[in-house]
Amino acid sequence: MNRVAIVGASMTTFGERDAWVRELLAEAGDACLADAGIGGDELDHLYVSNMASGEFEGQTGVPNALAHDLNALGAYTARIDQTSSSGGAGIYAAWQSVASGASDLTMLVGGEKMTHRTTGEATDVIASLTHPVEYKHGVTLPSFAGLTARKYLDEYDAPRESLGKVAVKNHQNGVDNPHAQFRKEVDLETVLDSPVVADPLRLYDFCPITDGSAALLFCPEEVASEYTDDYVVVSGIGGATDTHVVHERADPTTMGGVVDSSEIAYEMSDLGPEDVDVAELHDMFTILEFLQSEDLGFFKKGEGWKAVEEGVTDRDGDLPINTSGGLKSKGHPLGASGVAQAYELYQQLLGEAGPRQVDCEVGLACNVGGFGNCVTTTILERP
Amino acid sequence: MTDDQTATSFDAHRCPNGHVSYPGHTRCPDCGEKQTETVDLADRTATVVTWTTSNATPPGVREPNHLAIVEFAVDGEAVRALGQLTTAEGVDIGDEVEPVYTEELREPGAGIREPDSQEWDGYRFEPV
Ligand SMILES: [Zn+2]
Repeated sequence: MNRVAIVGASMTTFGERDAWVRELLAEAGDACLADAGIGGDELDHLYVSNMASGEFEGQTGVPNALAHDLNALGAYTARIDQTSSSGGAGIYAAWQSVASGASDLTMLVGGEKMTHRTTGEATDVIASLTHPVEYKHGVTLPSFAGLTARKYLDEYDAPRESLGKVAVKNHQNGVDNPHAQFRKEVDLETVLDSPVVADPLRLYDFCPITDGSAALLFCPEEVASEYTDDYVVVSGIGGATDTHVVHERADPTTMGGVVDSSEIAYEMSDLGPEDVDVAELHDMFTILEFLQSEDLGFFKKGEGWKAVEEGVTDRDGDLPINTSGGLKSKGHPLGASGVAQAYELYQQLLGEAGPRQVDCEVGLACNVGGFGNCVTTTILERP
Repeated sequence: MTDDQTATSFDAHRCPNGHVSYPGHTRCPDCGEKQTETVDLADRTATVVTWTTSNATPPGVREPNHLAIVEFAVDGEAVRALGQLTTAEGVDIGDEVEPVYTEELREPGAGIREPDSQEWDGYRFEPV
């Protein structure tokens, strides 16, 4: 199998944007082509990661629209929907296209336009992924987070404050990310005093609703230097699912899709959790950063909360997590988030992360769809 | 529990190997065989695995919405269900609850899902 390189990357500013999904995708796609210095007509494949443009704004068929807007006519296109992990699934599809030899140059653009909807409507679009027996009770993804957080705190004797510290850390990192939706620090008191959303979780335990887009350009490693000297390699990638019905999991505090997808990615890259220098995790809710940091093997089960307490996951700690600010402060435009995680690692590995820069050679991104229903884990390295 | 004759059953599904799941699946999640029997959970009690009160609810859902994951014991097998709690007053992990039938758990036409695509009645859990 050919190793696959990423030779260009971009992201739009995340936040409340006037632009609609088609324009957001074109903005990131155009910037990614410019980053690599190529024209749209050179693309063999063009993938769009997007969860719900039809449900959010009544726009379907976005890959074809984007191909036309980027002068990429003739390219094979497809939309990749894997709910919140559409971005990671798009990386998987783009990697496959090049690794298989089907494409010599593939661009992936992820994007979502959400802020024109009320919070309740956006929450319901996302909750529609649940099984009918859960949906009819009015369950939402945030309420799954509340249910899981209570179980985690009870089971592992973790203090409520440790969840708040995830939000504080990720907001600190977001201050230095020019593309982040929130670029302001919050203190622990603010987090712990904010309104209850899904008990025991409060407003600052949740990521915002966001518009935005991000893009990556993939080619075989052996031709990467024809485009640029500064590229990274996808050395491991894995995808896996867990139960659709969330209550059917034997252990509500473990995400099987994270465990399984990371095992595949580690094996492919010949690396283990101890080799990872920097990680972007899917902190849609603060509790998810603990679950993933344990299920990825960084910390023992039930001890992820201690790592944030001890500063291990800070920017100057042994394993910086969410140097971009994470979904928590950078924002979470569903289809773009997984792509933007890789964009952050690309910048970190190339030494282009500015004030956010950490010392790293191996980066890992974990992108979670549903409430752990489908997951992709990607390992990126300097060549 | 309910005396209401209109109440539907609260069916878990069982395969020939004795695995039980709620809801049913086309193939048993444990062994892949067809599920051939149902087990009504309506007259049994369950234990609270975890719970939450959600204050940010979608259109057509009561606010606040108290929710719990509960566990039934069926012939030595543990079966879980998620559902609304009648009240969160005094509820804690490990408490016992019983199912109570409700005709409409949320307003069918208010959310994004096509109203006719699924059932909207079911069981809430009430502390015993
Ligand atoms: Zn079975």
